[in-house]
Amino acid sequence: MTEKVYAYFPGCSLATTARENSQALIHLCRQLGVRLVELDDWNCCGSSSAHSIDATVADKLAMRNLDITPANTALLVACPSCNLRLRYAREKLRTSKEARRKYKSWFGRSPARSIKITTFIELLGKTDLSSIAPKKNNRLKGLKFAPYYGCMLARPPLMHREKNYHGLMERFLAKFGASPIKWSHGNRCCGTFLSVVRPDVVSSMVNSIMNDAAQWGAECLVTACAMCHLNLEIRCNPDTSMPIFHFAELLAVVIDETNSNGFFRKHLIDPRPLLKSRQLIP
Amino acid sequence: MSSISLKQIGLFKEHMANNGVHFSRCYHCRCCGNGCPFLPAFDFAPNTIIRLLQFNLINEALESTTIWACVGCNTCSMECPMLIDIAGLMDGLRQLALATGVPPAEPDILSFHQAVMDSISKYGRTNKLDIMIRYKLKTRTWLQDWQVGLKMLAKRKLDIFASKVRDPALINTLLNTDKK
Ligand code: SF4
Ligand code: SF4
Repeated sequence: MTEKVYAYFPGCSLATTARENSQALIHLCRQLGVRLVELDDWNCCGSSSAHSIDATVADKLAMRNLDITPANTALLVACPSCNLRLRYAREKLRTSKEARRKYKSWFGRSPARSIKITTFIELLGKTDLSSIAPKKNNRLKGLKFAPYYGCMLARPPLMHREKNYHGLMERFLAKFGASPIKWSHGNRCCGTFLSVVRPDVVSSMVNSIMNDAAQWGAECLVTACAMCHLNLEIRCNPDTSMPIFHFAELLAVVIDETNSNGFFRKHLIDPRPLLKSRQLIP
Repeated sequence: MSSISLKQIGLFKEHMANNGVHFSRCYHCRCCGNGCPFLPAFDFAPNTIIRLLQFNLINEALESTTIWACVGCNTCSMECPMLIDIAGLMDGLRQLALATGVPPAEPDILSFHQAVMDSISKYGRTNKLDIMIRYKLKTRTWLQDWQVGLKMLAKRKLDIFASKVRDPALINTLLNTDKK
Protein backbone atom coordinates (compact mmCIF):
# COMPACT_ATOMS: atom_id res chain seq x y z
CA MET A 1 0.00 0.00 0.00
CA THR A 2 1.36 3.37 -0.93
CA GLU A 3 -1.30 5.77 0.30
CA LYS A 4 -2.51 5.75 3.85
CA VAL A 5 -4.96 8.62 3.71
CA TYR A 6 -8.14 8.36 1.72
CA ALA A 7 -11.00 10.72 0.99
CA TYR A 8 -13.91 8.71 2.34
CA PHE A 9 -17.19 8.74 0.44
CA PRO A 10 -19.83 7.17 2.71
CA GLY A 11 -22.84 7.73 0.44
CA CYS A 12 -26.38 8.28 1.63
CA SER A 13 -27.07 4.76 2.91
CA LEU A 14 -23.97 4.40 5.02
CA ALA A 15 -24.33 7.91 6.35
CA THR A 16 -27.81 7.08 7.70
CA THR A 17 -29.69 3.77 7.52
CA ALA A 18 -26.55 1.69 7.63
CA ARG A 19 -24.46 3.72 9.99
CA GLU A 20 -23.34 0.51 11.70
CA ASN A 21 -21.74 -0.65 8.42
CA SER A 22 -19.90 2.63 8.14
CA GLN A 23 -18.69 2.39 11.73
CA ALA A 24 -17.45 -1.14 11.10
CA LEU A 25 -15.54 -0.01 8.00
CA ILE A 26 -13.94 2.97 9.70
CA HIS A 27 -13.05 0.83 12.68
CA LEU A 28 -11.51 -1.82 10.45
CA CYS A 29 -9.48 0.76 8.54
CA ARG A 30 -8.12 2.20 11.74
CA GLN A 31 -6.92 -1.27 12.65
CA LEU A 32 -5.26 -1.49 9.26
CA GLY A 33 -3.47 1.80 9.72
CA VAL A 34 -5.52 3.59 7.07
CA ARG A 35 -6.89 7.03 7.83
CA LEU A 36 -10.20 8.05 6.33
CA VAL A 37 -11.04 11.70 5.95
CA GLU A 38 -14.65 12.18 4.95
CA LEU A 39 -14.91 13.90 1.56
CA ASP A 40 -15.90 17.43 2.51
CA ASP A 41 -19.40 18.37 1.36
CA TRP A 42 -20.02 15.22 -0.70
CA ASN A 43 -23.42 14.85 -2.37
CA CYS A 44 -25.63 12.02 -3.59
CA CYS A 45 -23.72 9.93 -6.15
CA GLY A 46 -26.59 9.96 -8.67
CA SER A 47 -27.42 6.28 -8.51
CA SER A 48 -30.92 4.82 -8.37
CA SER A 49 -33.54 7.45 -9.14
CA ALA A 50 -31.37 10.14 -10.68
CA HIS A 51 -29.97 7.94 -13.42
CA SER A 52 -33.37 6.27 -13.82
CA ILE A 53 -35.21 9.41 -14.80
CA ASP A 54 -32.62 12.04 -15.64
CA ALA A 55 -29.25 11.04 -17.06
CA THR A 56 -27.90 14.61 -17.04
CA VAL A 57 -28.71 15.09 -13.37
CA ALA A 58 -27.04 11.76 -12.60
CA ASP A 59 -23.89 12.89 -14.44
CA LYS A 60 -23.86 16.24 -12.67
CA LEU A 61 -24.20 14.66 -9.24
CA ALA A 62 -21.51 12.06 -9.82
CA MET A 63 -19.13 14.53 -11.44
CA ARG A 64 -19.50 17.10 -8.68
CA ASN A 65 -18.13 14.53 -6.25
CA LEU A 66 -15.18 13.91 -8.57
CA ASP A 67 -14.71 17.66 -8.87
CA ILE A 68 -14.43 18.23 -5.11
CA THR A 69 -12.09 15.30 -4.48
CA PRO A 70 -8.73 16.81 -3.45
CA ALA A 71 -5.97 16.35 -6.02
CA ASN A 72 -3.73 13.33 -5.53
CA THR A 73 -6.07 11.77 -3.02
CA ALA A 74 -7.79 8.50 -3.76
CA LEU A 75 -11.50 8.34 -3.16
CA LEU A 76 -12.52 5.42 -0.99
CA VAL A 77 -16.14 4.57 -1.74
CA ALA A 78 -18.12 2.58 0.81
CA CYS A 79 -21.20 1.63 -1.19
CA PRO A 80 -21.08 -0.59 -4.30
CA SER A 81 -23.77 1.42 -6.13
CA CYS A 82 -21.98 4.70 -5.51
CA ASN A 83 -18.79 3.07 -6.67
CA LEU A 84 -20.38 2.02 -9.94
CA ARG A 85 -21.89 5.49 -10.57
CA LEU A 86 -18.70 7.37 -9.79
CA ARG A 87 -16.59 5.05 -11.92
CA TYR A 88 -19.08 5.24 -14.73
CA ALA A 89 -18.83 9.03 -14.66
CA ARG A 90 -15.05 8.81 -14.64
CA GLU A 91 -15.11 6.42 -17.59
CA LYS A 92 -17.42 8.76 -19.49
CA LEU A 93 -15.05 11.67 -18.88
CA ARG A 94 -12.15 9.56 -20.07
CA THR A 95 -13.81 8.39 -23.27
CA SER A 96 -16.11 11.20 -24.33
CA LYS A 97 -15.09 14.65 -25.49
CA GLU A 98 -18.68 15.81 -25.16
CA ALA A 99 -18.75 14.72 -21.50
CA ARG A 100 -15.54 16.69 -20.85
CA ARG A 101 -17.02 19.75 -22.53
CA LYS A 102 -20.11 19.55 -20.33
CA TYR A 103 -18.01 19.04 -17.23
CA LYS A 104 -16.14 22.24 -18.02
CA SER A 105 -19.36 24.15 -18.49
CA TRP A 106 -20.70 22.91 -15.14
CA PHE A 107 -17.63 23.22 -12.97
CA GLY A 108 -15.60 25.88 -14.76
CA ARG A 109 -12.54 23.68 -15.19
CA SER A 110 -11.44 20.52 -16.93
CA PRO A 111 -11.72 17.22 -15.09
CA ALA A 112 -8.59 16.00 -13.34
CA ARG A 113 -6.54 13.74 -15.55
CA SER A 114 -6.57 10.80 -13.25
CA ILE A 115 -8.97 10.27 -10.42
CA LYS A 116 -8.34 7.29 -8.24
CA ILE A 117 -11.42 5.50 -6.99
CA THR A 118 -11.17 2.48 -4.79
CA THR A 119 -13.43 0.36 -2.60
CA PHE A 120 -12.94 -1.46 0.68
CA ILE A 121 -12.92 -4.76 -1.11
CA GLU A 122 -10.02 -3.59 -3.27
CA LEU A 123 -8.20 -2.09 -0.33
CA LEU A 124 -8.53 -5.32 1.63
CA GLY A 125 -7.48 -7.30 -1.41
CA LYS A 126 -4.13 -5.54 -1.21
CA THR A 127 -3.77 -6.01 2.54
CA ASP A 128 -2.26 -8.98 4.28
CA LEU A 129 -4.98 -9.61 6.82
CA SER A 130 -3.23 -12.46 8.57
CA SER A 131 -0.55 -10.04 9.73
CA ILE A 132 -3.18 -8.11 11.69
CA ALA A 133 -4.71 -11.00 13.50
CA PRO A 134 -2.06 -13.70 13.47
CA LYS A 135 -3.25 -15.51 16.55
CA LYS A 136 -6.88 -15.42 15.65
CA ASN A 137 -6.70 -17.25 12.38
CA ASN A 138 -9.47 -19.59 13.26
CA ARG A 139 -11.82 -17.28 15.03
CA LEU A 140 -14.65 -17.75 12.56
CA LYS A 141 -14.08 -21.48 12.41
CA GLY A 142 -17.09 -23.44 11.31
CA LEU A 143 -19.25 -20.41 10.53
CA LYS A 144 -21.07 -21.31 7.33
CA PHE A 145 -21.95 -18.24 5.32
CA ALA A 146 -23.57 -17.46 1.99
CA PRO A 147 -21.47 -14.86 0.13
CA TYR A 148 -24.05 -12.50 -1.34
CA TYR A 149 -22.87 -9.94 -3.91
CA GLY A 150 -26.22 -8.94 -5.39
CA CYS A 151 -25.61 -6.78 -8.46
CA MET A 152 -22.37 -5.46 -7.05
CA LEU A 153 -20.18 -7.31 -9.54
CA ALA A 154 -22.34 -6.58 -12.57
CA ARG A 155 -21.62 -3.51 -14.66
CA PRO A 156 -22.56 -1.96 -17.97
CA PRO A 157 -20.61 -2.92 -21.11
CA LEU A 158 -18.72 0.40 -21.08
CA MET A 159 -16.89 -0.94 -18.03
CA HIS A 160 -16.51 -4.55 -19.06
CA ARG A 161 -12.74 -4.44 -18.94
CA GLU A 162 -12.62 -3.48 -15.28
CA LYS A 163 -11.37 -5.95 -12.75
CA ASN A 164 -13.81 -8.47 -11.34
CA TYR A 165 -13.84 -9.07 -7.61
CA HIS A 166 -15.59 -12.38 -7.54
CA GLY A 167 -14.58 -14.56 -4.65
CA LEU A 168 -12.90 -11.88 -2.55
CA MET A 169 -15.35 -11.99 0.37
CA GLU A 170 -14.98 -15.76 0.44
CA ARG A 171 -11.21 -15.43 0.51
CA PHE A 172 -11.11 -12.88 3.35
CA LEU A 173 -13.48 -14.74 5.58
CA ALA A 174 -12.04 -18.17 4.83
CA LYS A 175 -8.70 -16.87 6.11
CA PHE A 176 -10.26 -16.79 9.53
CA GLY A 177 -11.82 -20.21 9.28
CA ALA A 178 -15.33 -19.40 8.02
CA SER A 179 -16.63 -21.61 5.24
CA PRO A 180 -18.52 -20.21 2.26
CA ILE A 181 -21.31 -22.29 0.82
CA LYS A 182 -21.68 -22.79 -2.90
CA TRP A 183 -25.07 -21.59 -4.05
CA SER A 184 -26.87 -20.15 -7.03
CA HIS A 185 -28.28 -16.88 -5.69
CA GLY A 186 -25.11 -15.00 -4.85
CA ASN A 187 -25.56 -12.57 -7.74
CA ARG A 188 -29.33 -12.05 -7.69
CA CYS A 189 -30.15 -8.38 -7.39
CA CYS A 190 -31.91 -7.43 -4.10
CA GLY A 191 -34.56 -5.33 -5.86
CA THR A 192 -33.35 -1.85 -4.82
CA PHE A 193 -36.27 0.60 -5.08
CA LEU A 194 -38.79 -2.04 -6.18
CA SER A 195 -38.73 -3.10 -2.54
CA VAL A 196 -40.71 0.05 -1.73
CA VAL A 197 -43.05 0.11 -4.68
CA ARG A 198 -43.53 -3.57 -5.45
CA PRO A 199 -42.90 -5.39 -2.16
CA ASP A 200 -44.79 -8.40 -3.57
CA VAL A 201 -42.21 -8.96 -6.31
CA VAL A 202 -39.24 -8.28 -4.08
CA SER A 203 -40.45 -10.45 -1.17
CA SER A 204 -40.67 -13.52 -3.34
CA MET A 205 -37.24 -12.75 -4.77
CA VAL A 206 -35.70 -12.23 -1.32
CA ASN A 207 -37.29 -15.40 0.05
CA SER A 208 -35.90 -17.45 -2.79
CA ILE A 209 -32.45 -16.03 -1.96
CA MET A 210 -32.86 -16.90 1.73
CA ASN A 211 -34.26 -20.36 0.98
CA ASP A 212 -31.41 -21.17 -1.33
CA ALA A 213 -28.88 -20.09 1.30
CA ALA A 214 -30.61 -22.24 3.93
CA GLN A 215 -30.85 -25.19 1.62
CA TRP A 216 -27.08 -25.26 1.20
CA GLY A 217 -26.54 -25.07 4.92
CA ALA A 218 -25.69 -21.39 5.47
CA GLU A 219 -26.17 -19.91 8.95
CA CYS A 220 -25.89 -16.36 7.77
CA LEU A 221 -25.57 -14.20 4.70
CA VAL A 222 -22.66 -11.87 4.12
CA THR A 223 -23.04 -8.83 1.92
CA ALA A 224 -20.97 -5.79 0.98
CA CYS A 225 -23.87 -3.43 0.31
CA ALA A 226 -26.11 -1.55 2.74
CA MET A 227 -29.03 -1.50 0.33
CA CYS A 228 -28.94 -5.29 -0.09
CA HIS A 229 -28.64 -5.61 3.67
CA LEU A 230 -31.78 -3.56 4.28
CA ASN A 231 -33.88 -5.15 1.52
CA LEU A 232 -33.02 -8.67 2.65
CA GLU A 233 -33.85 -7.80 6.24
CA ILE A 234 -37.19 -6.11 5.63
CA ARG A 235 -38.51 -8.36 2.87
CA CYS A 236 -37.78 -11.88 4.09
CA ASN A 237 -40.34 -14.11 5.78
CA PRO A 238 -39.71 -14.50 9.50
CA ASP A 239 -39.49 -18.27 9.03
CA THR A 240 -36.84 -18.10 6.30
CA SER A 241 -34.83 -15.37 7.98
CA MET A 242 -31.22 -15.72 9.05
CA PRO A 243 -28.73 -13.09 10.24
CA ILE A 244 -27.13 -10.86 7.64
CA PHE A 245 -23.73 -9.27 8.07
CA HIS A 246 -21.77 -6.64 6.27
CA PHE A 247 -18.43 -8.34 5.62
CA ALA A 248 -16.63 -5.54 7.47
CA GLU A 249 -18.62 -6.32 10.60
CA LEU A 250 -17.35 -9.89 10.66
CA LEU A 251 -13.79 -8.78 10.01
CA ALA A 252 -14.09 -6.23 12.79
CA VAL A 253 -15.22 -9.01 15.13
CA VAL A 254 -12.17 -11.06 14.23
CA ILE A 255 -9.74 -8.25 14.75
CA ASP A 256 -11.22 -6.66 17.83
CA GLU A 257 -14.17 -8.32 19.47
CA THR A 258 -14.66 -5.84 22.29
CA ASN A 259 -15.67 -2.99 20.09
CA SER A 260 -18.14 -4.59 17.74
CA ASN A 261 -21.20 -5.30 19.85
CA GLY A 262 -22.63 -1.90 19.04
CA PHE A 263 -23.08 -2.68 15.34
CA PHE A 264 -25.25 -5.69 15.96
CA ARG A 265 -27.88 -3.99 18.09
CA LYS A 266 -29.00 -2.07 15.04
CA HIS A 267 -29.75 -5.09 12.88
CA LEU A 268 -33.40 -5.77 12.15
CA ILE A 269 -32.68 -9.52 12.29
CA ASP A 270 -30.77 -9.96 15.53
CA PRO A 271 -27.47 -11.75 14.86
CA ARG A 272 -26.38 -11.79 18.49
CA PRO A 273 -27.67 -15.28 19.37
CA LEU A 274 -25.64 -16.76 16.51
CA LEU A 275 -22.52 -14.77 17.44
CA LYS A 276 -22.87 -15.70 21.09
CA SER A 277 -23.27 -19.36 20.31
CA ARG A 278 -19.96 -19.14 18.45
CA GLN A 279 -18.35 -17.21 21.28
CA LEU A 280 -17.68 -14.36 18.90
CA ILE A 281 -19.17 -11.77 21.20
CA PRO A 282 -19.43 -11.88 24.98
CA MET B 1 -52.12 8.06 -26.74
CA SER B 2 -49.24 10.16 -27.90
CA SER B 3 -47.44 8.93 -30.93
CA ILE B 4 -43.74 9.22 -31.69
CA SER B 5 -42.73 10.17 -35.22
CA LEU B 6 -40.22 8.20 -37.27
CA LYS B 7 -37.90 11.18 -37.08
CA GLN B 8 -38.01 11.10 -33.27
CA ILE B 9 -37.31 7.38 -33.34
CA GLY B 10 -34.27 8.04 -35.52
CA LEU B 11 -33.03 10.68 -33.12
CA PHE B 12 -33.53 8.36 -30.17
CA LYS B 13 -31.52 5.60 -31.84
CA GLU B 14 -28.75 8.06 -32.59
CA HIS B 15 -28.81 9.35 -29.01
CA MET B 16 -28.57 5.79 -27.70
CA ALA B 17 -25.69 4.95 -30.05
CA ASN B 18 -23.84 8.07 -28.86
CA ASN B 19 -24.21 6.72 -25.34
CA GLY B 20 -22.81 3.33 -26.29
CA VAL B 21 -26.15 1.52 -26.54
CA HIS B 22 -26.14 -0.49 -29.78
CA PHE B 23 -29.30 -2.54 -29.71
CA SER B 24 -29.38 -3.32 -33.44
CA ARG B 25 -26.75 -5.95 -32.64
CA CYS B 26 -29.30 -8.05 -30.75
CA TYR B 27 -29.95 -11.48 -32.28
CA HIS B 28 -32.54 -12.52 -29.68
CA CYS B 29 -30.73 -15.29 -27.91
CA ARG B 30 -32.69 -14.26 -24.79
CA CYS B 31 -29.81 -14.69 -22.39
CA CYS B 32 -30.72 -11.28 -20.95
CA GLY B 33 -34.26 -12.22 -19.91
CA ASN B 34 -33.11 -15.52 -18.46
CA GLY B 35 -30.83 -13.67 -16.11
CA CYS B 36 -33.26 -10.91 -15.17
CA PRO B 37 -34.56 -11.26 -11.60
CA PHE B 38 -37.60 -9.06 -12.24
CA LEU B 39 -39.02 -10.63 -15.36
CA PRO B 40 -42.26 -11.45 -13.45
CA ALA B 41 -42.91 -7.71 -13.12
CA PHE B 42 -42.40 -7.05 -16.86
CA ASP B 43 -44.99 -7.25 -19.59
CA PHE B 44 -42.25 -7.59 -22.23
CA ALA B 45 -38.94 -9.38 -21.80
CA PRO B 46 -35.88 -7.17 -22.44
CA ASN B 47 -35.23 -8.64 -25.89
CA THR B 48 -38.90 -8.15 -26.82
CA ILE B 49 -38.45 -4.44 -26.08
CA ILE B 50 -35.48 -4.48 -28.43
CA ARG B 51 -37.50 -6.32 -31.08
CA LEU B 52 -40.20 -3.66 -30.87
CA LEU B 53 -37.58 -0.99 -31.42
CA GLN B 54 -36.09 -2.86 -34.34
CA PHE B 55 -39.55 -2.70 -35.93
CA ASN B 56 -39.92 0.98 -34.95
CA LEU B 57 -42.82 0.07 -32.65
CA ILE B 58 -41.54 2.44 -30.02
CA ASN B 59 -44.93 3.38 -28.53
CA GLU B 60 -45.50 -0.17 -27.34
CA ALA B 61 -42.10 -0.07 -25.64
CA LEU B 62 -42.78 3.29 -23.99
CA GLU B 63 -46.10 2.08 -22.62
CA SER B 64 -44.64 -1.09 -21.13
CA THR B 65 -44.20 -1.88 -17.45
CA THR B 66 -40.73 -3.20 -18.34
CA ILE B 67 -39.07 0.21 -18.66
CA TRP B 68 -40.35 1.17 -15.19
CA ALA B 69 -39.84 -2.08 -13.30
CA CYS B 70 -36.28 -2.52 -14.60
CA VAL B 71 -34.00 -1.59 -11.71
CA GLY B 72 -30.85 -1.25 -13.80
CA CYS B 73 -28.97 -4.03 -12.03
CA ASN B 74 -26.97 -4.82 -15.20
CA THR B 75 -27.40 -8.56 -14.72
CA CYS B 76 -28.69 -8.82 -18.28
CA SER B 77 -25.73 -6.96 -19.79
CA MET B 78 -23.36 -9.37 -18.09
CA GLU B 79 -25.12 -12.22 -19.90
CA CYS B 80 -25.43 -10.52 -23.28
CA PRO B 81 -23.00 -11.98 -25.81
CA MET B 82 -23.32 -8.82 -27.92
CA LEU B 83 -22.34 -6.40 -25.13
CA ILE B 84 -25.58 -4.46 -25.34
CA ASP B 85 -26.16 -1.98 -22.54
CA ILE B 86 -29.72 -3.09 -21.84
CA ALA B 87 -30.06 -1.16 -18.59
CA GLY B 88 -28.87 1.95 -20.46
CA LEU B 89 -31.54 1.34 -23.08
CA MET B 90 -34.23 1.08 -20.39
CA ASP B 91 -32.99 4.37 -18.88
CA GLY B 92 -33.18 5.98 -22.32
CA LEU B 93 -36.70 4.73 -23.00
CA ARG B 94 -37.93 5.79 -19.56
CA GLN B 95 -36.55 9.26 -20.11
CA LEU B 96 -38.06 9.43 -23.60
CA ALA B 97 -41.44 8.39 -22.17
CA LEU B 98 -41.18 11.26 -19.68
CA ALA B 99 -40.06 13.76 -22.31
CA THR B 100 -42.89 12.87 -24.70
CA GLY B 101 -45.58 12.62 -22.05
CA VAL B 102 -46.36 8.92 -22.36
CA PRO B 103 -48.17 7.99 -19.12
CA PRO B 104 -46.11 5.54 -17.07
CA ALA B 105 -47.46 2.00 -16.84
CA GLU B 106 -46.19 1.92 -13.23
CA PRO B 107 -47.11 5.38 -11.88
CA ASP B 108 -46.02 4.53 -8.32
CA ILE B 109 -42.49 3.84 -9.49
CA LEU B 110 -42.34 7.29 -11.08
CA SER B 111 -43.71 8.80 -7.85
CA PHE B 112 -40.96 7.11 -5.92
CA HIS B 113 -38.25 8.42 -8.26
CA GLN B 114 -39.71 11.92 -8.02
CA ALA B 115 -39.72 11.71 -4.23
CA VAL B 116 -36.02 10.82 -4.34
CA MET B 117 -35.26 13.67 -6.73
CA ASP B 118 -37.12 16.11 -4.48
CA SER B 119 -35.05 14.98 -1.54
CA ILE B 120 -31.83 15.41 -3.54
CA SER B 121 -32.73 18.92 -4.58
CA LYS B 122 -33.59 19.81 -1.00
CA TYR B 123 -30.56 18.30 0.73
CA GLY B 124 -28.07 17.36 -1.99
CA ARG B 125 -28.33 13.89 -0.50
CA THR B 126 -31.12 11.39 -0.13
CA ASN B 127 -32.96 11.08 3.15
CA LYS B 128 -35.03 7.94 3.56
CA LEU B 129 -37.59 9.35 5.97
CA ASP B 130 -38.17 12.42 3.81
CA ILE B 131 -38.46 10.22 0.70
CA MET B 132 -40.93 7.86 2.33
CA ILE B 133 -43.14 10.70 3.53
CA ARG B 134 -43.13 12.33 0.09
CA TYR B 135 -43.79 8.98 -1.56
CA LYS B 136 -46.67 8.18 0.79
CA LEU B 137 -48.16 11.61 0.17
CA LYS B 138 -48.01 11.07 -3.58
CA THR B 139 -49.38 7.55 -3.58
CA ARG B 140 -51.62 7.61 -0.47
CA THR B 141 -50.37 4.19 0.62
CA TRP B 142 -50.07 5.05 4.29
CA LEU B 143 -50.85 1.61 5.63
CA GLN B 144 -48.44 -0.35 3.51
CA ASP B 145 -45.22 -1.06 5.42
CA TRP B 146 -45.96 0.95 8.56
CA GLN B 147 -44.56 -1.86 10.71
CA VAL B 148 -41.27 -1.86 8.85
CA GLY B 149 -41.15 1.91 9.19
CA LEU B 150 -41.67 1.80 12.96
CA LYS B 151 -39.00 -0.84 13.37
CA MET B 152 -36.56 1.26 11.37
CA LEU B 153 -37.35 4.32 13.45
CA ALA B 154 -36.81 2.35 16.64
CA LYS B 155 -33.41 1.17 15.41
CA ARG B 156 -32.60 4.74 14.43
CA LYS B 157 -32.33 3.77 10.81
CA LEU B 158 -34.43 6.73 9.73
CA ASP B 159 -32.98 10.12 10.51
CA ILE B 160 -35.30 12.88 11.58
CA PHE B 161 -32.55 15.41 10.95
CA ALA B 162 -31.36 14.97 7.40
CA SER B 163 -27.69 14.83 6.53
CA LYS B 164 -27.11 17.44 3.85
CA VAL B 165 -24.58 19.37 1.81
CA ARG B 166 -23.42 22.73 3.14
CA ASP B 167 -25.30 24.78 0.58
CA PRO B 168 -28.22 22.95 -1.05
CA ALA B 169 -28.93 26.05 -3.17
CA LEU B 170 -25.66 25.48 -5.04
CA ILE B 171 -26.65 21.91 -5.89
CA ASN B 172 -29.99 23.21 -7.06
CA THR B 173 -28.35 25.72 -9.38
CA LEU B 174 -26.11 22.99 -10.77
CA LEU B 175 -29.06 20.67 -11.36
CA ASN B 176 -31.00 23.40 -13.15
CA THR B 177 -28.27 24.75 -15.45
CA ASP B 178 -28.75 24.05 -19.16
CA LYS B 179 -32.15 22.44 -18.61
CA LYS B 180 -34.04 22.29 -21.86
S1 SF4 C 1 -28.67 -11.24 -24.47
FE1 SF4 C 1 -28.16 -9.55 -25.85
S2 SF4 C 1 -28.21 -10.45 -27.90
FE2 SF4 C 1 -29.26 -11.89 -26.52
S3 SF4 C 1 -31.42 -11.33 -26.67
FE3 SF4 C 1 -30.58 -10.19 -24.94
S4 SF4 C 1 -29.95 -8.22 -25.79
FE4 SF4 C 1 -30.26 -9.62 -27.50
S1 SF4 D 1 -31.03 -4.25 -15.69
FE1 SF4 D 1 -33.26 -4.37 -15.83
S2 SF4 D 1 -33.67 -5.79 -17.51
FE2 SF4 D 1 -31.53 -6.05 -16.91
S3 SF4 D 1 -31.54 -7.75 -15.45
FE3 SF4 D 1 -31.67 -5.87 -14.24
S4 SF4 D 1 -33.88 -5.48 -13.97
FE4 SF4 D 1 -33.66 -7.00 -15.63
